[in-house]
Parts: sequence; structure tokens; C-alpha cells
Amino acid sequence: MSSRERILGRVRRALADVPRDDTPYEQALERRYLTEHGERSVEQRVDLLAENLADYRAVVHRCPEGELGTVISGLLAERNSASVLVPPGLDEAWLAATEVPRVTDRADSTPHDLDRVTSVVTACAVAIAETGTIVLDGGPDQGRRRITLVPDHHICVVRVPDQVVASVPQALERLDPARPLTWISGPSATSDIELDRVEGVHGPRTLEVILVT
Amino acid sequence: MSGTFVGMPAFPVAAHEAVNNQTLRGNLRHATHTIRAKRAKAVAEVSDWAELREAGKETKDHTLRHLDRYLVQLEESVVAAGGTVHWAADADEANRIVADLVKATGESEVVKVKSMATQEIGLNEALEAEGIHAYETDLAELIVQLGKDRPSHILVPAIHRNRGEIREIFAREMSEWGRPAPEGLTDSPAELAEAARLHLREKFLRAKVGISGANFMVAETGTLVVVESEGNGRMCLTLPETLISVVGIEKIVPTWRDLEVYLQTLPRSSTAERMNPYTSTWTGTTDGDGPQNFHLVLLDNGRTDTLADEVGRQALRCIRCSACLNVCPVYERAGGHAYGSVYPGPIGAILSPQLRGTQSEIDASLPYASSLCGACYEVCPVAIDIPEVLVHLRERIAQGGPVTRDGSKVVLQPAKGHAAERAAMRAARWAFSHPGALRTGQRLASRTRRFHPRTLPGPGKAWSDTRDLPAVPAEPFRDWWQRTHGGKDAK
Ligand code: SF4
Repeated sequence: MSSRERILGRVRRALADVPRDDTPYEQALERRYLTEHGERSVEQRVDLLAENLADYRAVVHRCPEGELGTVISGLLAERNSASVLVPPGLDEAWLAATEVPRVTDRADSTPHDLDRVTSVVTACAVAIAETGTIVLDGGPDQGRRRITLVPDHHICVVRVPDQVVASVPQALERLDPARPLTWISGPSATSDIELDRVEGVHGPRTLEVILVT
Repeated sequence: MSGTFVGMPAFPVAAHEAVNNQTLRGNLRHATHTIRAKRAKAVAEVSDWAELREAGKETKDHTLRHLDRYLVQLEESVVAAGGTVHWAADADEANRIVADLVKATGESEVVKVKSMATQEIGLNEALEAEGIHAYETDLAELIVQLGKDRPSHILVPAIHRNRGEIREIFAREMSEWGRPAPEGLTDSPAELAEAARLHLREKFLRAKVGISGANFMVAETGTLVVVESEGNGRMCLTLPETLISVVGIEKIVPTWRDLEVYLQTLPRSSTAERMNPYTSTWTGTTDGDGPQNFHLVLLDNGRTDTLADEVGRQALRCIRCSACLNVCPVYERAGGHAYGSVYPGPIGAILSPQLRGTQSEIDASLPYASSLCGACYEVCPVAIDIPEVLVHLRERIAQGGPVTRDGSKVVLQPAKGHAAERAAMRAARWAFSHPGALRTGQRLASRTRRFHPRTLPGPGKAWSDTRDLPAVPAEPFRDWWQRTHGGKDAK
């Protein structure tokens, strides 16, 4: 007997006492919890996102669409970025104002290549106000998962208000599970040493989020 | 379960030693009290906590009731998404599958995401025996691995170490494993974290094989989920060419939507955050992004035996948040090592004896490693009634009865004048000689208050025959806790 058959057989025998129940899953569970905590206007939702992002030590900036290029260029200059990684589908205008050499993520670039890059600029799929989370889904303006992981400085652009949802349930509804997703809430952190929070162990140590209107 | 902890003394002996270790008790007390206070705040922020907890419980119960169906569905969706599924009945089989998969890649080292399942089966040791080096990449796991130590907490495995000890371990051991610790390393957490970053980055960037567990698997879509803080998980899940995930069969949820419950309750219960810094989900393989070979090893290793126990099966709802450890007065004094398994604290006391059976002295003594105060039940985000299972297991050990071992029904003999009973009595004595642990209210007693119980169930009966049980507290546990600990905990 294969282990598959052995395990499934054990499960069925273990459940011999459980009465047969063919209620479809959608009806088997009552979901009495909320889909959103508290009532907020669109502006309040965006404010809450900004507040929660900052609370987890992301650096938050706000600007109108027209100034995005200038803001990004300023942030790269502030960090003396030697190079910036760019996903293939990023809006050209976002980097039009900067002189920092651009690196594109190629299929054959190695993790070591990525490790030599200072900054990365991406868009996102959705942002969650209640938890201060941005979610990347690997879309053309976000790129492969590794580009927002290896460089030490991540600049992420969130279009507000349309990319901002209030809660985790609302975010899951918008996301496609077939895509590889990365949920990011503040920069990399650890509390493993006497529970003192330290930012940046393995992921980017600086996360800057630009809320663009 | 593996032999990792074979030869461990029974709980009372190990606990006794731990209680006398001042550094350990200081480290533990600081840590558990800090997380405990933070957690209460994070939970209070969510007005529908009770409803989320109920949904988390019901979803897991439903899944367990139809586990065969969901396992088959999960297998189909993982395969459809480009993954390969393996089934492992026990630790040996799982270790063999993983070792063969690694060997097939031609590699002799792997990077690992912190995973309870792989610790449970002793995977690192099994791989080492096959000439494969497994590097732990979670900071706390690294501290444990370099210190040739054992994890003592689910979430913060190196909770028993303070910064001075960690500095010591890094300075002494890092060079043995790769990049040495920087010269003049101090014990500041930031410097220690930086040393770990440099040491591990070298490994991440060259790794060809990653090994992980998973917090959740979605049957409907074949999606796996890993929740973490540091980014080491993302490194292992993203950079290698081959990813092998070893996951207990109880980690399934039926639908994508179900994650909305656990992604709200898990971070708040475990690190007391609104959301942990990183959550990764992957569904099979994605062309050109991340590992191109994905293997899922579905692990039984005692889980189906646990499922067969009508009272004990609720332990399989556990999402390993570790909240029950941080509120447990016995854990706080005894430390994680005393439990003799990778699952310490209240959950370990009910899970290990079910996964491994109660033949050994340590496993037979674990259900007694509790004062039954009920704090663990109160904080559990999936409402596992740990005191109920503890009492049930005590009865099993003392009176014998039918249990399932390796899929077959056997009848356990009562532990008469036997090691288990002696261990139990010692554990009871230990708990009762620490009034602080006992005074935290007797949940069991308060539930049956109107029956005025005079004796303890199980082997405790002999003890309570000649003594009166402490008076049942009139006020609910929560009030008592707030009143007596509230001031102290709020830092
Ligand atoms: S038993 Fe409950 S509280 Fe304890 S680790 Fe598991 S889920 Fe968390």
C-alpha cells in the first residue's frame, strides 16, 4: 500500500465517529466577523494606511501624480543610490527625472548581481489600511519577487485611493491566488534578541511608500 | 516523532532543573511578560475578535471532519499548478523523501525557513547523516543551531538566551559555518542582527535548494502560505531553483477566503502585531519567478492517530501562534526545554503525547505539566480547550483505554505503580508546591463549581484523597489576572 493510501485510510478510520455531513462549505460556516473595522471616509482610509505604515517604520510620502518623478529622484539622491532596479512594466515617467543608472532584472541575472544594486522602485497590487500592508503580485510594474527582496532600499508607489482597501478580507477578494504574492508590512524586522525590535535582517532595511494621487 | 529529544528526563525533573537556573528564568520572564502585554493590546484593537476566533475554530473543525476530501483536493490543485506531491506516513519516510529530492539536485547544502514540522521529524540531523548541510536562516534558529542547542519556544526559539550569550555564540561559532562574526562584535541587538545578515546573505545568494514548512495550505487553489518577519523566509522561498515544503496534513484550509480569518488572528496572537512584516504565498511554480521545481511533502507522523481521539483531536486546530506559552505560569518557570519536544508549553503538553504516544516517561508526564488554570484556552485564537484535553490525557494514562497508534486501535494499560504515575505525582507535587502557578485559578474547577469537586481526576486522585482542593476562585480568571497581574505586566 502506498503512503498516500495508508494516510487517507487512517484519516477515514479516525473519523468513523463523525456523522456524515454533506453541507457545502459555503453553508457549513457562519462568518459573523466584520469585513471592515469601523466606518471611514475614503480620505480617512488613506490616512489610516499612512499612519499604520509609519507605525511599522515605513517612511511615507505623499504627492500628486505629476510630481512623482521629482519625488522618486529626490529619494534616490538622498540615499546616494548607485543604481536602481526597475521592473519591466514600470511607468517610464516615474524615473524620468533621475540620473541614477538603471538596472533591469533579466532572466539570467544572478542573486549576486541583484545584491550589488542599491534601490528598487515598484508599484503594488493593493494596500491594506487597517494593517499598514502593501501587497505585490508580480505584475509587470512590480516584477519578480526577488527584486524587492535583495536590494536594501525599496520604494513602492501606491495609487490612492483606488489601490487602498480597508481590511484583510477586502484585500483577499481583490488578489489572484494563482500569482505569487508578497505582503509587506514595514521593513524587515526581528525581535529574536530579548524581544528588542531591530529593523532589517534579511530583506530591505528601508521601505519608502509614496501615496500618489 | 524523531529521536531529537530521546533521553530527556521526564517533565518534573527537567522543570526542577530549569526552575533553579536564574538566568533562564530571568530571560523567560522578561520575554513572556513583554509579549503577553503587547498581545492583549493588539487583540483589543479588533472589535470582532470573538467572532474571528469562532470562525477560525469552525473552519479548522470542518476541515478536520473532511480531511480526506480536502487532502485529495489539495493534491490535485498543487499538481495542476506545477508542483509534485509526496506523502509521508512518519518522520523516517519524510526525511528519506527530502534527502532523495536534495540528492537528485546534486547539491550538498540547503537553506531552511524556520519550520516546526522539519524540527519535529529531525530533518537537519537526517540530512547531515546523508552528507547534506542544512542551514537555519531564521535569526533565532541560527542562534540555536550555532549554539548546538535546542529551541525552547515556538515563535522565539532562542528566548532562553540573552544578548550576552548570543554575542558569545556568534563570536565563537560563525567562522565554523561560513562568514565569521565581525571583529569587536558587541552585544547590541542591531550589531548582532547585522552579523547574522552578513553571515546568512552569503548562503542565500548561492543556495540552490530551499526547505520550508507552511502556515497554511489552501485546498481549493493549491496555495501555500508562509508568515514571517525577517525576510529569510522570502529568501529561501524565492532565490533557490528547488523548493521543498514539508507540511503537516492538518495545515489545510478549504478556501482562499479562509485566509482572511487567520491572517488577522495569527499575527496578533503571535508577535502582537497588526500584521507580520512579510507574508509569502505561492501556488505551484511561476514561470521565470522563484523556484522552478516545487515539492510538497504531506506529513502524517502521528496526526491521524491524534485525529482518532474524539477529545484530543482539537489539538490539530493549532496554528502555532505560541500565545499559550506566553501566558502559562508553568512554562514561565520551567522553560521550553523541560517539555522534551519541539512543541513546548501548553500546546506541547497535549500535542506531543498524542503525536508520539505515552510510552516514554516524558510523554506520560506531560499532561501533568499544568496547573489547569485555563489561561491557555483564553488566549488561543482557535479556542483549543487545552485543560479539557489535559484532563482527558491524564485519565487515559492513569486508567488506560483505547488509543490509536500508527493507525491501529490498541488498548492502553493503566499506569499502575508505574513510571508514568510516579512522574505524574512528582509533577503534581511540583505544581502544588509552587503556589503562584496554582493560585492562577482552577479553570476546571470553576467550570464545575456547582459540583464542588473534592478530588482530582486521574492519578491526582490519590493525592487529593487526603487533602482538600484549594477553594474555587469566585471571580473569573480574566478578572483575577487583570487585578493581580495587570499592573505588573503593563510596562
Ligand atoms: S494551542 Fe492555540 S494558543 Fe497555543 S500555539 Fe496553538 S493556536 Fe496558539
